[in-house]
Amino acid sequence: MPDTITDRVPHAPDTLAITLTVNGVERTLNLAPWTTLLDTLRLHLDLTGTKKGCDHGQCGACTVLVDGKRINSCLSLAVMQEGKEITTVEGLARGEQLHPMQEAFIEHDAFQCGYCTPGQICSAVGLLSEGKAKSADDVRELMSGNICRCGAYPNIVAAIEQVLGGDRR
Amino acid sequence: MIAKPTFPDLLHAPGAQIGKPVSRVDGRLKVTGAAKYAGEFNVPGLLHGYIVSSTIAKGRITRIDTSAALKVPGVVQVFTHENRPSLAWFDRKWKDQDAPKGSPFRPLHDDRIVHSLQPVALVIAESLELARYGARLVEVEYEAEPHQTDLHANRENTFTPGKDKGGFEPPPPPRGDADKALADADVTVDLEFTQAAEYHNPMEMHASTVLYGEDGTLTVHDKTQGALNSQTYICNVFNLSKSQVRVVSPFVGGAFGSGLRPQHQLFMAVLAATELKRSVRVELSRPQMFSFGHRPETIQRVALGASKDGTLQAIIHEAVQESSQFENYVEIVVNWSGQQYRCDNVRLDYKLSRLDLHTPLDQRAPGAATGVPALEIAMDELAYKLGMDPVELRLKNYTDIDPNSGNPFSSKELRACFRQGAERFGWSGRKLEPRSMREGRELIGWGMAAGVWDAMQGQANARAVLGLDGKLTVASATADIGTGTYTVMTQIAAEVLGLPIEDVTFNLGDSSLPMAPIEGGSWTVSSVGSAVKAVCDMVRGRLVKLAGKMEGSPLGDAAEEDVVFADGHMSLRGDPSKRVAIVEVMRASGTQSIEEEARSIPYYLKRSKHAFGTHSAIFAEVRVDEDLGTVRVTRVVSAIAAGRIINPKTARSQILGAVVWGMGMGLEEEAMLDHRLGRVMNHDLAEYHVPVNADVHDIDVIFVEEHDDVVNPLGAKGVGEIGIVGVPAALSNAIFHATGVRVRDLPITVDKIRKGMR
Ligand code: FES
Ligand code: FES
Repeated sequence: MPDTITDRVPHAPDTLAITLTVNGVERTLNLAPWTTLLDTLRLHLDLTGTKKGCDHGQCGACTVLVDGKRINSCLSLAVMQEGKEITTVEGLARGEQLHPMQEAFIEHDAFQCGYCTPGQICSAVGLLSEGKAKSADDVRELMSGNICRCGAYPNIVAAIEQVLGGDRR
Repeated sequence: MIAKPTFPDLLHAPGAQIGKPVSRVDGRLKVTGAAKYAGEFNVPGLLHGYIVSSTIAKGRITRIDTSAALKVPGVVQVFTHENRPSLAWFDRKWKDQDAPKGSPFRPLHDDRIVHSLQPVALVIAESLELARYGARLVEVEYEAEPHQTDLHANRENTFTPGKDKGGFEPPPPPRGDADKALADADVTVDLEFTQAAEYHNPMEMHASTVLYGEDGTLTVHDKTQGALNSQTYICNVFNLSKSQVRVVSPFVGGAFGSGLRPQHQLFMAVLAATELKRSVRVELSRPQMFSFGHRPETIQRVALGASKDGTLQAIIHEAVQESSQFENYVEIVVNWSGQQYRCDNVRLDYKLSRLDLHTPLDQRAPGAATGVPALEIAMDELAYKLGMDPVELRLKNYTDIDPNSGNPFSSKELRACFRQGAERFGWSGRKLEPRSMREGRELIGWGMAAGVWDAMQGQANARAVLGLDGKLTVASATADIGTGTYTVMTQIAAEVLGLPIEDVTFNLGDSSLPMAPIEGGSWTVSSVGSAVKAVCDMVRGRLVKLAGKMEGSPLGDAAEEDVVFADGHMSLRGDPSKRVAIVEVMRASGTQSIEEEARSIPYYLKRSKHAFGTHSAIFAEVRVDEDLGTVRVTRVVSAIAAGRIINPKTARSQILGAVVWGMGMGLEEEAMLDHRLGRVMNHDLAEYHVPVNADVHDIDVIFVEEHDDVVNPLGAKGVGEIGIVGVPAALSNAIFHATGVRVRDLPITVDKIRKGMR
């Protein structure tokens, strides 16, 4: 009989207490260390605005801001994010006042099904602070980690350009 | 009540709401993350399921060992064919609204494996992580049998399907003698086209969350294009009554056809919930998104014959498509070639070949997206042989009558599409010769193609409730998969009753709402929109009657057509000073609310005397790197004739998105099968390429004026599909113009261009 996986004793890791700061609120959770930041947000904090489109860093739907930088939350474990400021799409608006990027997305119809949208918006907000996007072509290139299967790309670029300030189109 | 067909003139002079570029009414929910999709309803104690997929394409399971998985604390149960409960026996119980002829796939039914990635076990655990871990511990042994997944190897092994699916029409009988006319023609082309299978891959992976009620009722959040379709399926398969199952899907993260049939995650979630009497979610992984329906791989032959002046003398279009061993998936691939151009000698042929793959499934513009590019590339090649401008050739063979049926089109402004599209694009300056434009290392090419899609309508119901606060709620069990259904239905209702958009709410995606057909084929505006209009017309009628009975009524005994509804008021057409607020009318009569329900049915009689379609002309500019063969699509103009456009903003987005889909189909998307394993190898978003932002440049959308009072009471045809049709042909034709290389094998990847350039 070859050594099969059943010969080993299956076990799941123990949980440990993790403290995260999400959208300015500190939360302590008991999580298994293999829990991704994405699943922590969606399942344990009920912040389902952050989407799962692949779980493998291939689509950008799970983009959130960590200390202002955009990352794929499916590629990060929650335990790695202790002590950092995590911002999700739910944390962009100030009360009733939408973030200018959210306003621009509505105005330019920069989405259809809306499923990639939180990731697009977080990614775009991260893009702004990077300060690297100087032209529409830059925006296209630097937003290419966020797939939109609905194909709203031209409108996404228009929305971001509006917020960038120089409507160059 | 069944609404009688009416054409109130307000829709002939659309004003207040219809035709306005209203921003999506659900926009705020989507940009704030508040819109909840099927896999996002969390409840305490929710169980998570993870599916184990077959590693072989054909054969049987000889042993399945779940003991290791079950040893993991937190793994609750593992379902397989060995321990599943007994379920509906007859095939018809497993059929859904979009099922073709055959025996629908039954998950966990028995030990048979009929396609790779087939679900073979479902692990249920207290957390997603544990379920996924448990799934890795399930051991499955198979006895593999030889499989066939190669369409090219099986292209002769075919049969001719019948009317095997709703909406499918087999090719019409031959007209004239196409083979003889082809042999006699001055100029001919006779070409083979191939196209890879494509997977829908909406951004949201298929998910179902089943909330188990204390009384045993199920509230099912499903990713679907038809809440009622899912509800009926669950009730039939699990022998439940409709009162026990409510399916809700207010938001759907894209579908493009993948939600037209209940997918196996729905079955799995309901199975686990009913067996364990707990709430359960099952979500597919991205690789598992390649485990069900897809746009089928296709091999086509198009032969065209023409006289020297470009008049078409012969059209032959033959297609072979894959279907599964258990169902006859069919789509209309070749019929368009008998419809698009005037020609006396036409022979169309459509066949299926059975492969050991899952049954294909409608995908954006099913059939047309596949067949029309073959015709439109052939037309381009014919134009070159004739030395004729490609637009000229199409105009030369233009028809206002559908040659397949002999009926006139209810409307067809394709000429205007050609004219306005060409003008916007700057087509008139084009030289016919390939390789006639370049900039540095880049060869520039311009190509064009025409597109066509149907303009269908189904029966649909809608309910409207107008309250004393002047707020109107309208509802129908349709879906919004990003198409803008919420918004356009709100506009239609607001227009008919002259209400501000903010005072109208439209509800959808709920099996408890009035009946609507599955959302697909661009028929939702036509079907549900007509029902919304009908029910609001009835509310109008009630209000006019109430106003007539009002003491000292400012409207006197005005007839309905003499009353104008605007800004929440009713006024006399001839004398706007005679007006009264809608809520005043209700209050005066002591009416708390006006409630109506209507069914809209197509004008069968009128429709039987007409042909219907949406049409398009696509113009594309590509730049091809002379050394590398890489393609950039720098400009696309898509001119669309689709009747009245209810919302130019959301409609434009539909076309933009569809052009992007056409770019994917034309240049990128390809399910790569390893026939030794019978499996799609590139089953994720890193290897299965879809267009990203950097691939997409200027896309210009034109909606040409098209008046139609036959198609439905709105004169609107729907725009979900037409935008993709023909795009791959325009790109192929542009690439030829740039490089002199013809690629008739989609997608047109770098290797194929390089091969031609050497
Ligand atoms: S879900 Fe993280 S990149 Fe796709
Ligand atoms: S809006 Fe649907 S995927 Fe982007």
